[in-house]
Amino acid sequence: MIDALLAPFQFAFMQRAFVAALIVGTLCSVIGTYVVLRKLSFIGDGLAHASFAGIVVAYLRGFDYYIGAAIVAVLTALGIGYVNRRGLVSLDTAIGVLFTAAFALGVFLMSRLPNYSVDLQSFLFGNILAVSRGDLELILTLALAVCVCLTLLYRPLLYTSFDPVVAQASGIRAGFIEYALLVLLALTIIISLEAVGIVLVAALLVTPPAAAYQLTRRFTRMIVLSGCIGATCGVVGLYASYYLHAASGATIVLLATLVFFTAMGYRILILNRQRG
Amino acid sequence: MTAVRLREITVRYERILALERMDLTLDRGQALGIVGPNGSGKSTLLKTIAGLVTPESGILEVFGVLPNALEPGTIAYVPQVEAVDWSFPADVYDVVAMGRFPRMGLLARFPKRDRAAVDRALDALRLGDLRHRHISQLSGGQQQRAFVARAIAQDPRLLLLDEPTTGVDAATEEALRELVRGLVAQGLPVLMTTHDLDRAVDWFDRLMVLDRRVLAIGDPGEVLASGAYAAIREHAHTHGHAR
Repeated sequence: MIDALLAPFQFAFMQRAFVAALIVGTLCSVIGTYVVLRKLSFIGDGLAHASFAGIVVAYLRGFDYYIGAAIVAVLTALGIGYVNRRGLVSLDTAIGVLFTAAFALGVFLMSRLPNYSVDLQSFLFGNILAVSRGDLELILTLALAVCVCLTLLYRPLLYTSFDPVVAQASGIRAGFIEYALLVLLALTIIISLEAVGIVLVAALLVTPPAAAYQLTRRFTRMIVLSGCIGATCGVVGLYASYYLHAASGATIVLLATLVFFTAMGYRILILNRQRG
Repeated sequence: MTAVRLREITVRYERILALERMDLTLDRGQALGIVGPNGSGKSTLLKTIAGLVTPESGILEVFGVLPNALEPGTIAYVPQVEAVDWSFPADVYDVVAMGRFPRMGLLARFPKRDRAAVDRALDALRLGDLRHRHISQLSGGQQQRAFVARAIAQDPRLLLLDEPTTGVDAATEEALRELVRGLVAQGLPVLMTTHDLDRAVDWFDRLMVLDRRVLAIGDPGEVLASGAYAAIREHAHTHGHAR
């Protein structure tokens, strides 16, 4: 019985996959708290799609896919911030313009290749079982760097998420903080691409924080709870996918969705009844 | 000591002129009231001094430098309408505590000194009992008090208040007035817009009538007696305000 339960852990590639799922689930859900509170849900999707152009360029030039994706995602993030500030359009419009442009560039470049041989599906839907030792080291390093930045920027990020105008008047550089958040978001998405893929990474950014928001009205609790939900969904989702013979990224996202609706039902039934 | 100095400041939004070659000096320990019709540039003036709006031309100095070059935490600004998301996960204490953020180090925990400042601000605005209430469950007057408390907790060197008395009850207004007068007595310079002319003498050391530029400034009693404000009101009423 116990052997059966521990079966997934006997393979090295599964051990790496579990570590990756834990890191990605936690990091996405923590930074996703800001995404949800700043109403940037569209942006995760946007940056992930934009990174596709970087993957194609990296393939053409023969360098690491991660680096190509990271460069394009960060540039798109900065471009979104710039167009939003200078282009007189709202942030969601700036995202809409830039991410489709970058994705189109990726498709354009790919379509001109006579015999394209990159496994497109693994980028669109991720392949967490293929995470190599080198990949895992890169994921760990980047995740650590993003965590350190998020910790240092905790208060300015919180203040500018709630009240950017007054925060700026009091001397906090709201513009810089927004750019910093977008860049950290781009790096988080790159880290997550191999685990869950371009199409599903947005769900990991949004669903766990949205679930946490159902259960608490305090920011600190929300960000901790969100991280816990993301970590649990990452690990349990991967575990379940092993037995269900299903795609791991999709299983993780569906589990997070289940948690969200459970939390929402709990809030409606229990918390509202308590308030009378 | 001069806290704020404006020389020939002109501010324009796209093509609309909001402030025209405006001069102003505000010293420490002085409360300056600003009255004027809607669209006269009252809010723009506060936003310009806070560094949120960049003037087209003119000289602006806050403690001798541009607003954006000030130490974080120098200016506390309370806007007329808080355009925040009221469903944000924060209670009254969380909001007031944000006032301490600009001056805090990046890694510092929330030390005793900062907690004490938050407690003082909560007490000063009689929010002690509401400290654990979520912001969405406050009345309009209580919300206003929470944002004033956040500004007070910041321990600023310059306080900018945009119509803080609109929509608050008489007791709250009186508590707010006593609080502001106390801070002014300690040397804090305060700039505040208002619609309430009746109490201007009790609130301010100087009163300014603004309509894109300064129409009158001086002792509140004398400015009110001069009829400068009544004149622009009459003008706005009979001729409309579009130019």
